[in-house]
Amino acid sequence: MAAFEGIPATADLTKADFVSDQTVRWCPGCGDYAILSGVQKLMPQLGIEKEKMVFVSGIGCSSRFPYYMNTYGFHTLHGRAPALATGIKLANPDLSVWIVTGDGDALSIGGNHLLHILRRNLDVNILLVNNQIYGLTKGQYSPTSLPGKVTKSSPAGSIEEAVNPIAFAAAAGATFIARCLDTDVKELQRCLHAAASHKGTSFVEIYQNCNIFNDGAFSKISDRKESAETTVRLEEGKPLVFGKERNKALVFDNMSPKIVELENELEAKKLPVHDSTAGSAYTYLLSQLTYPDFPVPMGIFRQESKPTYEDQSEQQIADYTKKHGTGDIKQLLEGNDTWQV
Amino acid sequence: MSDTQNNGVAREVLSEVTIMFSGDSGDGIQVVGNQFASASSALGNDTSSFPDFPAEIRAPAGTLAGVSGFQLRFSSKLVQTEGDSVDVLVVMNPAALKQNIAELKQNGILIVNIDGFKDSDLKKAGYTANPLETEALKPYRVFKVALTSLTLESVAELGLNRKKALLCKNMFALGIACWLFDRPLEHVELWLKEKFGSREELLTANKLALNSGYNFADTMEMFGTGYTVPAAQLPKGQYRHITGNEALALGAVATSMRSDKSLFFASYPITPSSDVLHYLAKYKNFGVKTFQSEDEIAAISAAIGAAFAGDLALTSTSGPGLDLKQEAIGLAVMTELPVVIMDIQRGGPSTGLPTKTEQSDLLSALFGRHGECVLPVLAAASPGDCFYMIIEAFRLAIRYMTPVVLLSDGYIANSAEPWQIPDVDSLPEVLPNQPLSDRAEDIFTRDPKTLARSWIVPGMPGFEHRVGGIEKDYVTGNVSYDPDNHQKMTDTRLQKVQGIRDDIPALDPEELGSGDLLVLSWGSTFGAVSSAVEQLKREGLAVQMLHLRYLYPFQNGLKEVLSQYKKVLIPELNLGQLNALIRAEFLLDTEKLSKVQGRPFKISEIYQKCKQILAELPA
Repeated sequence: MAAFEGIPATADLTKADFVSDQTVRWCPGCGDYAILSGVQKLMPQLGIEKEKMVFVSGIGCSSRFPYYMNTYGFHTLHGRAPALATGIKLANPDLSVWIVTGDGDALSIGGNHLLHILRRNLDVNILLVNNQIYGLTKGQYSPTSLPGKVTKSSPAGSIEEAVNPIAFAAAAGATFIARCLDTDVKELQRCLHAAASHKGTSFVEIYQNCNIFNDGAFSKISDRKESAETTVRLEEGKPLVFGKERNKALVFDNMSPKIVELENELEAKKLPVHDSTAGSAYTYLLSQLTYPDFPVPMGIFRQESKPTYEDQSEQQIADYTKKHGTGDIKQLLEGNDTWQV
Repeated sequence: MSDTQNNGVAREVLSEVTIMFSGDSGDGIQVVGNQFASASSALGNDTSSFPDFPAEIRAPAGTLAGVSGFQLRFSSKLVQTEGDSVDVLVVMNPAALKQNIAELKQNGILIVNIDGFKDSDLKKAGYTANPLETEALKPYRVFKVALTSLTLESVAELGLNRKKALLCKNMFALGIACWLFDRPLEHVELWLKEKFGSREELLTANKLALNSGYNFADTMEMFGTGYTVPAAQLPKGQYRHITGNEALALGAVATSMRSDKSLFFASYPITPSSDVLHYLAKYKNFGVKTFQSEDEIAAISAAIGAAFAGDLALTSTSGPGLDLKQEAIGLAVMTELPVVIMDIQRGGPSTGLPTKTEQSDLLSALFGRHGECVLPVLAAASPGDCFYMIIEAFRLAIRYMTPVVLLSDGYIANSAEPWQIPDVDSLPEVLPNQPLSDRAEDIFTRDPKTLARSWIVPGMPGFEHRVGGIEKDYVTGNVSYDPDNHQKMTDTRLQKVQGIRDDIPALDPEELGSGDLLVLSWGSTFGAVSSAVEQLKREGLAVQMLHLRYLYPFQNGLKEVLSQYKKVLIPELNLGQLNALIRAEFLLDTEKLSKVQGRPFKISEIYQKCKQILAELPA
């Protein structure tokens, strides 16, 4: 805009262009480092000018994220990032808006805003960094902590059911839903790239290890020796095959999940395949699968093409203007009942 | 008073009349009131009106809780309030009578719909005996009209169903009132045509009822004599009626026109501020973006986001909504973003009196946030004033990069007054602060005069930066926990807002003179205070009035002005909030006049208090 108009957008940005001059202050070993690095690596691939990128966060460890990105950024209030981001996107739909939030920020204090941004389908990307614990306040249970979880505020174990973020997003009508692991660099890149390309609200849950207050919460999933058995990768158009020997598959029998043993590769070809556009009932079924009964689905659960909120808002303004003509302020002030003195 | 002949009817000339229409909330009372006001203005009267409706949308019919009223003063002089007591009361049922009879002057005109006074109606209103048959109404001139049956007869030829036909009874009542005060029907008929358009049947029915009411009053010679109220001497120009909420909406659009920025309005519906949302949602062809958010917090948060991204950001609220917005207002203070928050005050605390008026959010607007969190606070004085004050709020917000709270209240929001339509080109331009230089190092550099930072928005290459609620370094804008820096930033935020003193009109102690008593007012008490003070001045008393539109910071010269008077009285619809501020700021022994009844001050209440103070002054 004004000051630098005419300067062409930088064509060949690199990861370094997205690293701010601020020292990163997460605990050594925190999963957030991998996520930050992954996002900084992804940005140059999106073909979007850096000045058009805005990172918005709430409060919590992961919400320090914007300070470390050399883009526009807003570290807002606890839980309110989706609401702030809505204002930003509506004011300027050209911006690429990224919300970075945590399990407490998004699902406890900010649950209402998350629900509404998802149902409105604003074209923004939400990274929900889920470590199943309150880190910044030093270790209390969070809305995604599992029942029985012993923490400083639940010495006898948490008596609360955990929120299932994927099921929450599906119920809210999210049009893009994915789940990744902080340390799975390749898959994280793939999901974030797909999220950025999706027109509408993209919701990506990222399992993140808090090595200080909840170390190993996802170790069954992240352990490279075990993950083949504990997770199933959601690959578009492919059956839900998993296992070290790739000899097991997840199928749904009359809405009930079932694991079938595969004798050979040919058998796998006859199985139903993953279809991320299949509808929210399918997303919900997938969201309910937890280890050890079932492998945990990782990857893109759901993608649906729907008009975005900001496009519809702009369209209404355009239609209104077409119908009533560009507003005449004099006429507006006069209203329809004037008199002369 | 003098007499005049008009259409063969002897008419007494009155300079001013206050009329109240009252009935069940389903009786169409507000329509009658608004149309009578509109017809009066068209005749050149100055007017002031105040609708009073229940919190429940449709309380049980005929009960006290369901009474809806509309009070209007129309005059051949300038009027500031809708009047202390009424000359004419029109009631549709016993509940309306019970609720309002105390407001009617001795010997005042009472028009009663006797069809609404069946035993069951009386019981619902809590009457054990029919007041029409007792001595209770003896002090008044009572006119009994079978309004319901007459209305049904008047539209009988159309063969409407009973329900539709009954809806016309408000027009019959309006017809009677129009005859009584010599208001031609053409004005109302034009409006009916616009409202019902091609719905021929309803248009005809309403016109018939209106004319029948008028003719009934005429041919029955029910009042003996009619009245007329000649035109007032208003400044020349083009006028319309405006309510406070409508003026806020129009002012916001006008600001957008004068600033070349899109207006972004986020709001969560709450009484009595929702009308601002209704108006602005219709102004899409002015590029206005409205966002009905999921809650109060989301509304202010979205507005802050829009301000960050460069829109003219506005939100509105009332009562509990202000509490909910306070944390986010603190964020706007910290990130120094221009957002205007309109608070249409209502009776509190908690849910309080949602549809009634009060001025009890002043201290909350100033001090309702944690931390040292200052911002400018302004207040509109009247419905029409809302238009200019929202422009001023935006001017200060943008020039000083700060959130601004603009206070209105339920009374200003809903009352209507004639408003001289301004010339748009004469309105002040609202210009955003450009970056002070093209160097990225200057992103957080402050304008040496205003101490404001520049409004740098996403999309501007080379200026990428981060803002947030954590304290920032004075120079770099990066997160800083440095003790000296926090002191400096806290002091700077205060100085910046206090510096606004030099950017708003100063008060001239010489011009305001001196005397025995100064009545210091703010917000919607303007009308009652000015009327009372006018009256006292006419009596030759050394009383003056000063009305504040800037509640924080105060204008330069305020202390000097206040010090010139022996006594300062501060009437407020709260327990003394401005009074506390004035005492704290200036160490002056001011006196307060408090009222928290959900209703505005009566002129007489201010007048009496002034008289009392003056009488107690040492000679």
